[in-house]
Amino acid sequence: MNPDITNVAYLFAAVCFIVALKLMNSPVTARRGNRLAMVGMAVALVVTLFHPDIKPANLPIIAVTVLIGGVLGIASARRIQMTAMPQMVALLNGLGGGAVCLVALVEFLKTGQSSAPPDAVHGITTILSAIIGSMSFSGSLVAFGKLQEWLPGRPITFKGQQTINILLLVVILALALAVLAFGAATLPVFIGLVVCSLILGVSAVLPIGGADMPVVISLLNSFTGCAAGLAGFVLLNTALLIGGGLVGASGLILTLQMCVAMNRPLGNVLFGAVGSVIASSGQSAFAGRQPKSFSEEDAAILLSNSESVVIVPGYGMAVAQAQHQVKEMAAKLMAMGIDVKYAIHPVAGRMPGHMNVLLAEADVPYDQLYELEQINPLFPETDVVLVIGANDVVNPAARYDKSSPIYGMPILDVDKAKTVIVLKRSMNPGFAGVENELFLMDNTVMVFGNAKTTVTKITSALDKY
Amino acid sequence: MTLIAIVTIFILAIFVGIEVISKVPATLHTPLMSATNAIHGVVLVGGLLVLGAADGPLMTALGIAATLFGTLNVVGGFAVTDRMLEMFKVRKRSSDK
Repeated sequence: MNPDITNVAYLFAAVCFIVALKLMNSPVTARRGNRLAMVGMAVALVVTLFHPDIKPANLPIIAVTVLIGGVLGIASARRIQMTAMPQMVALLNGLGGGAVCLVALVEFLKTGQSSAPPDAVHGITTILSAIIGSMSFSGSLVAFGKLQEWLPGRPITFKGQQTINILLLVVILALALAVLAFGAATLPVFIGLVVCSLILGVSAVLPIGGADMPVVISLLNSFTGCAAGLAGFVLLNTALLIGGGLVGASGLILTLQMCVAMNRPLGNVLFGAVGSVIASSGQSAFAGRQPKSFSEEDAAILLSNSESVVIVPGYGMAVAQAQHQVKEMAAKLMAMGIDVKYAIHPVAGRMPGHMNVLLAEADVPYDQLYELEQINPLFPETDVVLVIGANDVVNPAARYDKSSPIYGMPILDVDKAKTVIVLKRSMNPGFAGVENELFLMDNTVMVFGNAKTTVTKITSALDKY
Repeated sequence: MTLIAIVTIFILAIFVGIEVISKVPATLHTPLMSATNAIHGVVLVGGLLVLGAADGPLMTALGIAATLFGTLNVVGGFAVTDRMLEMFKVRKRSSDK
């Protein structure tokens, strides 16, 4: 195919990607945006098949590979639970990074076969996309393992970890220079470079706590984008350049926005090893207190006697798949003339916006969802706050306890409400591994048990009042 | 393509990325992350080129792996984003309030 036609098609794809991201600004147009991006991607891929480098003899194997990947991709996308979305994104991101690394490896092998003089830009971008792609691959897999709970969620640290990471980085730089200097004769060195980058990806993500994984995934998303963009330099391909550049930049912006939501600088997230020092200090004024445990009946009485209820859903609700039951309970309360609102913390769930997805799944109308800034002034006038499987985002220690790992994170001020009912499986600390004294306060009662069962029982108990 | 043209394209793409993303509401951050994740699957273009030009078992094997990873990234990413956004469909404001 005429290269001009190919490039026009790539330009069309790029415009689709940009307009798609633009349409993602509003829930009304977001789906159309995603579909537009699909169209752009399809055009870019089809046109690539007509590239002069592609041998017709290889088309069948391309078809089979794409078919297998496509079927697997669609099947897993259909089956995945909405609660497992963060690890799905992590896994797909890792695969993207792996693809970049493999493309870079092949390009490196090709330079060894060609007689053309080595080109510095080609060499540097090949090496960079291999390094970033493989870091993103292994790092994403560790993030996936942590979210899937195959790996412990709490930070895995050991002495001298930072030193080892810095050493790895130095070794990677040295190997990269060696590859640049000695060119294609250095295949083992190039492999060594990839292996070191893979190890660095693992050791950089291991010490980061499970609660911070969304930030890590977002950052690795940006990494893969950058790596894909660099691969665009290697292949002189505008689709990769623009697609990769867009995602590299947007991923970074998104990462920084998440850090702002948690009130922690990015460096602190990456190197702070939150949760490694679990607050075991006995300085709490609530030390030795026992939480008040209520039955579902008692909770139903409290709720039915209130005028305003704010529901704070957390990851525990998501794990128990209780969003539909919560919605039913809310409907019943509203039918009783009680004002019901949902308070959504920016990092509720395990990803920003994750809770909105889950509640949308249960058909909870938008206008009942309130963001942190909107709902916090309303808590003092709220009769009952129902915390369902949320923990760190309602921990008052974030406001004043400087020794707390979550100090400074904006929280939902539920403790200011008249009564707080906390539905929780047990007294285990949350994902960040921090104790929560909200559970021990005078105006707090706990209802222990699986969120789904508890909410169902409360709902049926409400019938009596 | 000259080097400067390539660098120009890349840098402008970065700025467009920053500009377009800064306006997305937090509600849509998860679908957005997932959609951008699918878009960087455009590296599949590279995978196709590598597999298409492959000669010999080593290149073919590497090409197959790159293409498979890339396809999973693109197809899985877009499909899962679409599934999420489907639930954000516009509905009339609830009348039960």
